[in-house]
Amino acid sequence: MSLYFTKEHEWIRVEGDTATIGISDHAQEQLGDIVFAEVPETGRKLSKGQEAAVVESVKAASDVYAPVSGEVVEGNSKVADDPSLVNSDAEGEGWFFKLKLDNPGELDGLMDESAYREWVKSL
Amino acid sequence: MSREVHNGPTDETQARGTPYSGDPEGGAGTHEVPLDKLPLDSWHRARGARMVPFAGYEMPVQYEGIIAEHLWTRENAGLFDVSHMGQLFIHGPEVDSALERLMPADFRAAADMKPKYSLLLDDDGGIIDDLMATRRGSDFYVVVNGATKHGDIAVMEQKLPGDVVIDHMREQALLALQGPRAADVLETIVPGVADLGFMQAAPFRWNGQSLWISRSGYTGEDGFEISVPASAAPALADAIAAHELVKPIGLGARDSLRLEAGLPLYGHDLDTGTTPVMADLNFAINKRRRSEGGFPGDIRILAELQNGAPQKRVGLEVDGRQPVREGALILDSEGNEIGKITSGGFSPSLQRPIAMGYVATGFAGPGTALKLEQRGKLFDAKVAPMPFVPHRYHRKGASA
Repeated sequence: MSLYFTKEHEWIRVEGDTATIGISDHAQEQLGDIVFAEVPETGRKLSKGQEAAVVESVKAASDVYAPVSGEVVEGNSKVADDPSLVNSDAEGEGWFFKLKLDNPGELDGLMDESAYREWVKSL
Repeated sequence: MSREVHNGPTDETQARGTPYSGDPEGGAGTHEVPLDKLPLDSWHRARGARMVPFAGYEMPVQYEGIIAEHLWTRENAGLFDVSHMGQLFIHGPEVDSALERLMPADFRAAADMKPKYSLLLDDDGGIIDDLMATRRGSDFYVVVNGATKHGDIAVMEQKLPGDVVIDHMREQALLALQGPRAADVLETIVPGVADLGFMQAAPFRWNGQSLWISRSGYTGEDGFEISVPASAAPALADAIAAHELVKPIGLGARDSLRLEAGLPLYGHDLDTGTTPVMADLNFAINKRRRSEGGFPGDIRILAELQNGAPQKRVGLEVDGRQPVREGALILDSEGNEIGKITSGGFSPSLQRPIAMGYVATGFAGPGTALKLEQRGKLFDAKVAPMPFVPHRYHRKGASA
């Protein structure tokens, strides 16, 4: 298992050819109280950079983009039902969707956890 | 994650589509104009506030979180720093009549120490700002919006007679204590304030300092607005916040509270393209001013009072959970555009999305079913009476 992060504050947990994707704890903290989340349907094909999910706090609306390409194998219905899960456990139970990776090579160049945490400190 | 939409009227920078100050990118590059600091700047930071640019100042958008702060204010008492607002003292001969040439309020009949809501109008009847004006003897104390204060002063200086003087009280801070327990709390610090009725003001003393306190606010709750010398503001804020029923509240909850209360926000729900009648603020024009006119745009506004305006500000209840925000289109059931959302968000008290916007007047009746369009997605909504959450003002007898 490997954990990657993007500069768009998404995390990607890779197990075999499946990636679980969510937003970072830093991102949820910056958004504040999250009141709405929309996750992609199973079977949807996403290419890298495509809009995949929506997250809205009291004050802001954001799109979550697919950080890598693949087919959605599951959207997290728990966060759609209770969006505050993203505030309480952004990097765990608050995941947004799982993808079957098209091209694991797209993971190259993403930050690992320690690089991401260091980078966030510099913001 | 990338932020696509930055609207929501708490923070004027968001409504303009520039990066939200809570942006993960840190809002880099947004601080082109150096920001001023409020008298309570370090007070806010010490309490964990997230500071954002607003009206040329760094201001607290939230402390522990908007929803918690919002609900605390509805149940207890919330302390707001609104020192960015402009406090003006206007004096000179016949100030009341002079102000009536800029605004539609009945200032000549205004009773001493009774704040009046009014509107600074341009020659077409468009709203330059909304404000509170209180007679103090023959003079007037006026509180205007922070983002518009310099423009307001310029308009007033240009239009008022040369012997009327506007003092911008830059040395005064302004605090608001709002909520059902506000009177209990403030009475322990400034005895006598609980005797004020809603929309009544008076001078008080605290710790050797002069305070000007009015029973008014922008949340729909009972509460007070307290003008205090900036040098004494941190000590007064400390004294108020020391009470167990008080928490400091940021701009984020100020916005969600006023939206639930159906109160318009200048620059979003009101601007020079809207008139008092369009904005459903007819109460701000009394019988004498309706019959006499004599304010900017009077011909248009009096005609609109008679015949209705082509558009009207309404409240909207939105189906589902997703907030629909400023800029979304309002459509009739056949898909024709009939207006725009000017404020919208998630109501913490009602746990549902609510909004405010302008519609063609034929669609303004409560219960009218409409559609909203935001980023290509359609939402069902219906016109709802405002306030969304009932006002709980402390009225003593009859009050205007």
